[in-house]
Amino acid sequence: MTSPEPRLVEVRKNILKQNDLTARALRTRFRGAGVFVVSLVSSPGSGKTTFLEKTLTSLRPRYRVAALVGDLATENDATRLARSQAPVKQIITGTLCHLEAAMVEKAVAEAEWNLNDLDFLFIENVGNLVCPSSYDLGEDLRMVLLSVTEGEDKPLKYPTIFNSADVAVITKNDLAAAVEFDSKAALRNIQAVRPGMKVFQVSAKTGAGLDDYLQFLAQRLTELRSTTSV
Amino acid sequence: MHELSIAMSIIDVVSEEATRRKARVDAVHLKVGVLSGVVADALQFSYEMACQDTPLQGSRLVIEEVPIVVYCSRCQAERTLDSMQLFCCPACGTPSGDLRHGKELEVVALEIQ
Ligand SMILES: Nc1nc2c(ncn2[C@@H]2O[C@H](COP(=O)(O)OP(=O)(O)OP(=O)(O)O)[C@@H](O)[C@H]2O)c(=O)[nH]1
Ligand SMILES: [Mg+2]
Ligand SMILES: [Zn+2]
Ligand SMILES: [Zn+2]
Repeated sequence: MTSPEPRLVEVRKNILKQNDLTARALRTRFRGAGVFVVSLVSSPGSGKTTFLEKTLTSLRPRYRVAALVGDLATENDATRLARSQAPVKQIITGTLCHLEAAMVEKAVAEAEWNLNDLDFLFIENVGNLVCPSSYDLGEDLRMVLLSVTEGEDKPLKYPTIFNSADVAVITKNDLAAAVEFDSKAALRNIQAVRPGMKVFQVSAKTGAGLDDYLQFLAQRLTELRSTTSV
Repeated sequence: MHELSIAMSIIDVVSEEATRRKARVDAVHLKVGVLSGVVADALQFSYEMACQDTPLQGSRLVIEEVPIVVYCSRCQAERTLDSMQLFCCPACGTPSGDLRHGKELEVVALEIQ
């Protein structure tokens, strides 16, 4: 007796379907509540928390803001962000080096925020330029941060994450001269991997460049509200 | 490194399909876009590890890499890029971020018996 012939059967299954479905449901909820959701990704230490603390503090007088922050083990970032007086919820990821949509869903539920009472929700991802690119979190805008101390060629080394983001932010600009940061090369590299990408150059330390960026966020919130509340 | 969790998702998807068809799986055919964020070699390795002590132990993972394809507005055609460092039409040089392929991460076929 011969064993049956192997057959090739076609199946079409998206491996990250569960994450994509959860993210889609989140996006629908966020849009319905009129909250603009921004996520931040970068390599470890590029300045996400510092930049986000500044963002929360600057927006808070005029907008209702909240933040989720992913960290492998500590609550340090949540503690720092809470100094802005905005509501902050920590997501401890343990051994997982990135956030997934289900973790955002769970954190939003546990925080018991009324999404209708929010204008902006920020999500700081775990410092990692690799895997966050595969996971949709239901955000409206993904920002990738690149600090001047990391070198101009980061976009060429990590094209996937730059490609998955909508906006790039060059951070720690106050240190640009000291490290001889070639801003033109950085901008050229970003455009090479993501043509047309909007770029902000900021220093969370001095506040330089923040006004443009804050105006941009306000503009995007207005657009979101005008498309959802017809 | 998230290839291990991706490998486990593949096993979930495939096991479900195998149970439904009451079949044994010899090989899993996968499409992996070069912009999917998944490294093929690391995934091979993780898959073998994750399959141990499951009904899929010993099955092969056949990975087809999908290159980046963008739409060029000047040529009015889809163009395959040969580098992910340069999103420009290889025929006319026009920059394009209008991605048509390259983010795939899907099971496309199973060899079963
Ligand atoms: N000079 C200067 N230093 C900065 C600036 N922003 C952040 N830093 C410093 O850079 C270091 C890392 O900043 P964080 O904000 O913790 O970076 P992060 O991206 O949140 O780090 P992880 O969450 O661990 O990935 C800290 O020592 C900050 O003080 C800036 O604009 N200028
Ligand atoms: Mg941080
Ligand atoms: Zn990861
Ligand atoms: Zn062309």
